[in-house]
Amino acid sequence: MRSVLFIGAGSDITRPLAHRYARAGYGIVLASRSLPALERMADDIRIRFNVDARAYAFDVTRTEMHASFYAALPEPPEIVVCLAGTLGEQALSEQDIGAARQVIDANFTGIVSILHIVAADFERRKKGSIVGVSSVAGERGRKSNYVYAAAKAGFTAFLSGLRNRLYPSHVHVLTVHPGFIRTKMIAGRETPGIITASPEQVAKDIYEAQRAGKDFIYSRWFWRYIMLLFTMIPESVAKKLDLR
Amino acid sequence: MKVTNWGNYPVIDAVVHEPRTTDDVRRIVAEERELIPRGLGRCYGDSSLNHTILSTRHLDHFIAFDSSTGLLTCEAGVSFADIVEAMVPRGWFLPVTPGTKFVTVGGAVASDVHGKNHHVAGSLSSHIASLKLLLASGEVRTVTPEGEPELFWATCGGMGLTGVILEAAIRMKRIETAYIRQRIVKNRNIDEAVEAFERNAEWTYSVAWIDCLAKGEHLGRSALILGEHATQAEVGFRYRDPLSAERPLSVAVPFMFPGFALNTLTVKAFNALRYATYRNGDSFVEYEPFFYPLDSIRSWNRIYGRRGFTQYQFVVPRNGAAALLRRILSRIAESGEGSFLAVLKLFGRQEGMLSFPMEGYTLALDFAMTPEALRLFSELDTLVTENGGRLYLTKDVRMNPETFERGYAKAARFKEVKRSVDPHGKFLSLQSRRVGIL
Repeated sequence: MRSVLFIGAGSDITRPLAHRYARAGYGIVLASRSLPALERMADDIRIRFNVDARAYAFDVTRTEMHASFYAALPEPPEIVVCLAGTLGEQALSEQDIGAARQVIDANFTGIVSILHIVAADFERRKKGSIVGVSSVAGERGRKSNYVYAAAKAGFTAFLSGLRNRLYPSHVHVLTVHPGFIRTKMIAGRETPGIITASPEQVAKDIYEAQRAGKDFIYSRWFWRYIMLLFTMIPESVAKKLDLR
Repeated sequence: MKVTNWGNYPVIDAVVHEPRTTDDVRRIVAEERELIPRGLGRCYGDSSLNHTILSTRHLDHFIAFDSSTGLLTCEAGVSFADIVEAMVPRGWFLPVTPGTKFVTVGGAVASDVHGKNHHVAGSLSSHIASLKLLLASGEVRTVTPEGEPELFWATCGGMGLTGVILEAAIRMKRIETAYIRQRIVKNRNIDEAVEAFERNAEWTYSVAWIDCLAKGEHLGRSALILGEHATQAEVGFRYRDPLSAERPLSVAVPFMFPGFALNTLTVKAFNALRYATYRNGDSFVEYEPFFYPLDSIRSWNRIYGRRGFTQYQFVVPRNGAAALLRRILSRIAESGEGSFLAVLKLFGRQEGMLSFPMEGYTLALDFAMTPEALRLFSELDTLVTENGGRLYLTKDVRMNPETFERGYAKAARFKEVKRSVDPHGKFLSLQSRRVGIL
């Protein structure tokens, strides 16, 4: 059975996105740290869509386990969606390199590890599709979360390099830059309602872009214009702004 | 945030919690003084309204399905739409379904919903193997009709007042195809309609659409719609995959209609047209338009505009039903309060403490929320309860405590059971307070 592997499946985007692939007949493989939650999601998908759905415990920062995790999958996936990431606490990252490193590892280093394992497999098989969910935050550092943003910037650059590398092998790489999403990650934080998307909307954007073989998308689409304006502000001006 | 149910009346301000796990539910129940669980908000009035609401929208996982017995276990927030989408292609159908699939399992159990097959299959509670209920104390109890009959029969139909229904195990029903063999029998008046119900009681599904603005000798003219799940042999040769019905297109009412859009004239025209388009005879139809005719028009409740609307649904005992229905219908026709939709249905026997059905006939009528309609309802209340009938809590928004007590003989027993599991009255709704369940 064709399957989709979700790395960082604890994200709120996983469920609506997995439902779309399952409805299209794909088996679903979920991997993240919290196994009970994933098993609940996998049971649900199996009954709803009559497809195979499995859950695996997986920690993106424990890179030494990645190769054995991927090798132990019952079959290699056709699509890999990487939703791993954590916002972290900016203030903590400023004082403690350990905390900063955790944010960088969870949003960048660990992902490099697992996606390189996936990439090697896809490159050898000359097929496959990799979806990396980065963030608009990576396009310009702000004082409120620049360690996270720097890791996301790294991830975005990583994905474009990976796309360039895998192009001759017919492996597709999609970079997604979501803006605000109504998820657990930002629960309790104030975000402007009108530009805050639901996980379902973002899942729809990702699914359609992946099916269409696109290289890069914003989700929702209007973030392209918001970010265009935002990145046009010169550093000499941006540094004086109270960017949160 | 602002919250309202299907009738768009009342609109209240409420704190809405959206728990994702049982632990979240337990924490919310411990922290709040008073609350009511709520699913998709398809009850018409204030049954699932209170100033603190526990929404089950994220508790929407299927948990287990046994394909040999058809036992389906799912969380309270799973909708009937999700269930039919998942189960029909595999040859299983809901044992009982109301006229919309946009209800949750939790809400359906709390309302102990009935369908067009009540006279042969009973209400949903007859097909529930077990429930998982979170009590006011935070304890999660598995409730079965055998193990804990009192709590089970108080919770089915109990309007969410015994605790938070977390899960239900439903015995699904085998089907061979996604199609229904349908027969339409037109009746010129209410006596003919009741006679037709009695004559066709062996059909699994039956329901009648009534033109409730017709008067005199046409009073209660109607189309009785009968149905059976079609077998492979009946329709198999017509379709490549008889278990997959085409999904009908759905359209939406895009905005609130102004209040004058629905008046006696337009409703009269609509009903007359509707009656005229029915033809006697047999046909095969997909299950969706048969069970959920209005679901293909999303937000159809907007045609009543911002004033909102309500449904007056009552049941009266089988004996003497025709005469009583005639009196009630002529009272409605006289009042000129046009009901856009009027549905008549035969009920069989029923268990449960607050479950609505009883052996007899139920009539459901939609009305815009107007002072005239409210006056009419008060008159009808007397007619219904004096003759041993009662009103459906799930549709109600204005019943007084007397009408409730007279209609629901087991209300006192329900209150006892509620007190035993919820001694401080944590699970209450605006409706429960209004009818005297405090």
